Amino acid sequence: MSAKKYDAGVKDYRSTYWEPDYKVKDSDVLAVFKVIPQPGVDREEAAAAVAAESSTGTWTTVWTDLLTDLDYYKGRAYAIEDVPGSDDAFYAFIAYPMDLFEEGSVVNVFTSIVGNVFGFKAVRSLRLEDVRFPLWFVMTCFGPPHGIQVERDKLDKYGRPMLGCTIKPKLGLSAKNYGRAVYECLRGGLDFTKDDENVNSQPFMRWRDRFDFCQEAIEKAEIETGERKGHYMNVTAPTMEEVYKRAEYAKEIGTPIIMSDYLTLGWAAHNSLSKWCRDNGLLLHVHRAMHAVMDRNPNHGINFRVLTKLLRLLGGDHLHSGTVVGKLEGDREATLGWIDLMRDRYIKEDRSRGIFFDQDWGGMPGLFPVASGGIHVWHMPALVSIFGNDSVLQFGGGTLGHPWGNAAGAAANRVALEACVQARNEGREIEKEGKDILIAAAQHSPELKIAMETWKEIKFEFDTVDKLDTQHR
Amino acid sequence: MSKVQDYNSRLSDPASRKMGTFSYLPPMDDAQIRKQVEWIVKHGWNPAIEHTEPEYAMSNFWYMWKLPMFGETDVDVILAELKACHEANPDNHVRLIGYNNFSQSQGANMVVYRGTPV
Repeated sequence: MSAKKYDAGVKDYRSTYWEPDYKVKDSDVLAVFKVIPQPGVDREEAAAAVAAESSTGTWTTVWTDLLTDLDYYKGRAYAIEDVPGSDDAFYAFIAYPMDLFEEGSVVNVFTSIVGNVFGFKAVRSLRLEDVRFPLWFVMTCFGPPHGIQVERDKLDKYGRPMLGCTIKPKLGLSAKNYGRAVYECLRGGLDFTKDDENVNSQPFMRWRDRFDFCQEAIEKAEIETGERKGHYMNVTAPTMEEVYKRAEYAKEIGTPIIMSDYLTLGWAAHNSLSKWCRDNGLLLHVHRAMHAVMDRNPNHGINFRVLTKLLRLLGGDHLHSGTVVGKLEGDREATLGWIDLMRDRYIKEDRSRGIFFDQDWGGMPGLFPVASGGIHVWHMPALVSIFGNDSVLQFGGGTLGHPWGNAAGAAANRVALEACVQARNEGREIEKEGKDILIAAAQHSPELKIAMETWKEIKFEFDTVDKLDTQHR
Repeated sequence: MSKVQDYNSRLSDPASRKMGTFSYLPPMDDAQIRKQVEWIVKHGWNPAIEHTEPEYAMSNFWYMWKLPMFGETDVDVILAELKACHEANPDNHVRLIGYNNFSQSQGANMVVYRGTPV
């Protein structure tokens, strides 16, 4: 290699960072960004700028560039594609060499690739749509503390989705009244109940009191029903010392599952908690408060499929995925894409589901997607069809809002679920025949019958804001 | 309140004990059970039969009835084994499992004969 001379000044980014002939290596971290450049900035220059600013580059040449082999370390924009249905935006594909990243550090990867570049003036907006994590990186990360297969074995639940319920009102119940609501749900047939994300340790209900009453509820419901039960005890707290203290106590009283909010808790903190969970044998339910701040705007931010991959790497046994059919945002095909990313060993590129790269998870376990938010018994056929067995379906209002109370609401959901699973196994098309299946099941379940009457007309038919990019939006 | 129905589940009532998937539905008839066996066979899962005394139903390890029926795809053979296990252990719970060796888990698990509850 001939030595280069130092030439101070500002060069076009493209001269260094745009390499359309680059052959992607298996060890590269690959990213695809949706870019809308400022007027007058062409696509190649904008893509190269994103590659530069998210890897080795800065705005001007510096003499210390010549002390290293930048060709070895730099990120490269290697492809550009049109975004279907948009005149302004394009996809920029960027490859980052493995040496840019610390092994096992999700924090490091994202500090690099979604760092300064998102505030970069030459682009009007920028969205990270997908990231391909090479196998070497996957296997240096920690991953789910237990995963789907271990959780099913620990809880002895097979052949169907699991059922949960978030206890409401979210805030304001005393610990004993809260424990009562938990007990009623669990004895009625749910597998899990859940602390809401903002239930931490407020003055009306301190964490230890909540844990104690909920654990009593679990234990009594287990003896009563002969089935294993859990309540996601939220250990999200202001400091890691406090997180560990609460987690240790949850373990001491013998509870099977705790929960964390990975985005507000912080990724490093969440990674530590996930490791603690594997060391101590507790399952980890993961909520995603704050995700829509990053993932809802179709032109700027980080797509949820990236936040999904990130969580699988950081570790969690459950992750909220959206419901498709309930009260919260979620495009059907995109959701199918990221629930595959949570559960499967190898996911092939599939643009119809917004998946831009093949992703190999190696030996890393998969985790359960959790569908939660504004769903009720009438949604059950669609939910079983969309999510399949390896999922947790969570009915909050759809359990607690039952006219006869939580136990009846839980039983209604359990009957509806089992009827749909039975019908699916018999080869019936449950989305098409859903109504008949539920009506037949309700003949043996007065709880289901009343639930169906109560929620007959409730639908959430608003258009999705974050849709997949298609020609006809 | 008169319209509100009580949820009838009691520690003192053995009928309140549930048995996992499908235990919230009425017992299946022979034709319905056959369809669930067909579902296991269709997926290429390995059928297996286990049983237990009802008082030990919470244990992870029920008694295996013989060995899992690796590669068995004849629904009648599987149904006959279920019946044989039940006849040999009439007071026990008997369940049918479909082992999915790809996921290293159980694709199906359902109690087909319920013993005398405790």
